[in-house]
Amino acid sequence: MAQQITINPVTRAEGHGKITIFLDDDGFVRDAQFHVTQIRGFEKFCEGRPFYEMPSLMARICGICPVSHLITSAKACDELMAVEIPETAQYLRRIMNLAQLVQSHALSFFHLASPDFLLGLDSDPAQRNIFGVMQSHPNIARDGILLRKFGQQIIELLGGKRIHPGWIVPGGVSEPLTVEKRDQILATIPEALATIQRTLDWFKRTFDNYPEEIRTFANFPSLFMGLVNEQGELVHYDGHLRFVDATGKIVADGIRAEDYQDYIGEAVEPWSYLKFPYYKPAGYPDGIYRVGPLARLNIINFCGTPLADAEWAEFRELGRGAVLSSFHYHYARLIEILNGIERIEHILNKPDILSKNVRAYAEPNRLEGVGIAEAPRGTLLHHYRINEDGIITYANLIIATGHNNMAMNRGVLQVAKHFVNGTKMQEGMLNRVEAVIRAYDPCLSCSTHAVGQMPLQIQLVSPDGAVLDELRR
Amino acid sequence: MKQPSSRIKTLKIDGQDVGAHEDETVLEVARENGIFIPTLCELEGLSPHGGCRLCLVEVKGINKLLPACVTYVEEGMEVTTNSTRLQEYRRTILELIFSEGNHICSVCVANGHCDLQSLAQKLGMYHVSVPYRHPRRSVDASHERFALDRNRCILCTRCVRVCDEIEGAHTWDVSGRGIEAHIVTDLNQPWGESETCTSCGKCVNVCPTGALFEKGKAVAEMAKKRGFLPYLTLMREKRTR
Repeated sequence: MAQQITINPVTRAEGHGKITIFLDDDGFVRDAQFHVTQIRGFEKFCEGRPFYEMPSLMARICGICPVSHLITSAKACDELMAVEIPETAQYLRRIMNLAQLVQSHALSFFHLASPDFLLGLDSDPAQRNIFGVMQSHPNIARDGILLRKFGQQIIELLGGKRIHPGWIVPGGVSEPLTVEKRDQILATIPEALATIQRTLDWFKRTFDNYPEEIRTFANFPSLFMGLVNEQGELVHYDGHLRFVDATGKIVADGIRAEDYQDYIGEAVEPWSYLKFPYYKPAGYPDGIYRVGPLARLNIINFCGTPLADAEWAEFRELGRGAVLSSFHYHYARLIEILNGIERIEHILNKPDILSKNVRAYAEPNRLEGVGIAEAPRGTLLHHYRINEDGIITYANLIIATGHNNMAMNRGVLQVAKHFVNGTKMQEGMLNRVEAVIRAYDPCLSCSTHAVGQMPLQIQLVSPDGAVLDELRR
Repeated sequence: MKQPSSRIKTLKIDGQDVGAHEDETVLEVARENGIFIPTLCELEGLSPHGGCRLCLVEVKGINKLLPACVTYVEEGMEVTTNSTRLQEYRRTILELIFSEGNHICSVCVANGHCDLQSLAQKLGMYHVSVPYRHPRRSVDASHERFALDRNRCILCTRCVRVCDEIEGAHTWDVSGRGIEAHIVTDLNQPWGESETCTSCGKCVNVCPTGALFEKGKAVAEMAKKRGFLPYLTLMREKRTR
């Protein structure tokens, strides 16, 4: 009999999600949908506010990566002011962005995803969490906590607090860096570097345990998008957008932030609050693309730091063109942590990092501004329009999880087709459906800009729409 | 205002015997004697307004509560400034103020520099027990240097008084009644088009909240500078004498 399976809520992800798997009359998976079930309305309620408030207002979209929103929003405001911010301010913003990347990646990998690798995808769900990892692999759990702390401490040192620091402002940053703080951060680098190298070593050895997952976890051709600089280097703060295809060939390059609408369209489906961005030249739904760590490592020419570049060379061996399996988001995430730590050290050693000139002041000089930066989960875009008094009249945000929406849906379908079989619902196969979502490290609360707590639910529904079975965590 | 020729009265505040000139208010005498009475609309150097009601005190023999900022001393008066009832009333007043506008400290320019916020902390107002009204009030950012966010305005009229009494421009005034009351510039035209505004910025600095602020200030950056006010008042008094 034809059925529908719903996973609701999706666990170990940030925000509320639900998965519906549609089965045909023979019990085979026909279709799957990943729904984001809440709406928050940030784009609307900021209308009427002075643009200067936007960074801290928009940072409230997310408590995990407020820094990404702060930075992207401040960059859009820099555009409204039409200023070039002081170089030291750029360096300082970059350090905070990388610190955010390291702490968020560490959270995703160790706290959310690692229970699947360390305890097994079929292990007891009551144990399959960070506390289970702490019991069975205390050293690894400690490493995760250390890397997260490394990033969070930098954010706190620079911005005064770990969550929602107000330090990044339109025109630059509000306070310069002091010698003491710089030296305090530099002192934590060696331990962080050793920790991430240790993690890469054990994680790469587990690849052989997951041949089926690597083959089926959203492993399909798609475009990849992210920021690169003119040399094609891995960047997270500035640069231009680049799209590459599944073979690794560049299909569009040097796209300026303000031209994003020529390349990215946003489609809407009635069953999810999350929009479906697509690559415009290919149309909807063919213009499927991915963003985030995997995409970034697929589009670049090099990482730009020695240890990460050595690791990246190994990563590239995983695929003939671009690396296509979303399972490797995890690997890419670890390489980015390595790159982030190396780069923070590099920037902190720049001679003018302690300059007091860290802020540009200006009135609004343009009525429209777009800011783009790489958030941990992928490209983040804020687009504002203001009136002549500097009051916001329009805001459009495209969040990393949004870019990945089509890819997550296709990934869920692929993994469901392989692992789910309608005759019986086994916990382990449902966890694989969730794990594919987890590979993208989606931030569902950000993506719909949602209220409430996290949690996933699976429903089995017959062709006539009746819910036959339901699994809830 | 104290006059040298005025007579002395004796009274009790919180059981403490105090002496005061007959033209002093209960608030002034309390402050002289180191007794704290919370205030919000009151500001030294401006005429008292009696609008916020946070300085309400109990006076023996009088059933209703009296605002200390506009109540003058009487011989033999017995004043209580800090009873459980007063604490409760003051917290309720604050709750009502918070529920009436849109006071979201974390994203406000005056965060950490706000009289309303610090008073709520000091008086232990941890929750708002009445429903928020979430009004949709306009922001006037037409002035070149300053902006007005009516969502954060608590109608203390400090801006109205400083502009009239100190600057002498009387650009600000209150329009509308009750819940519709709001501050306006000149004849309710945009601030940037005001013909009387001298752009002196006194209103911005006396504003207790983030309702009036300098443009270009990010969250928590709008520290208010009020040191000028007592000096200006003093100069004026000397000149008129």
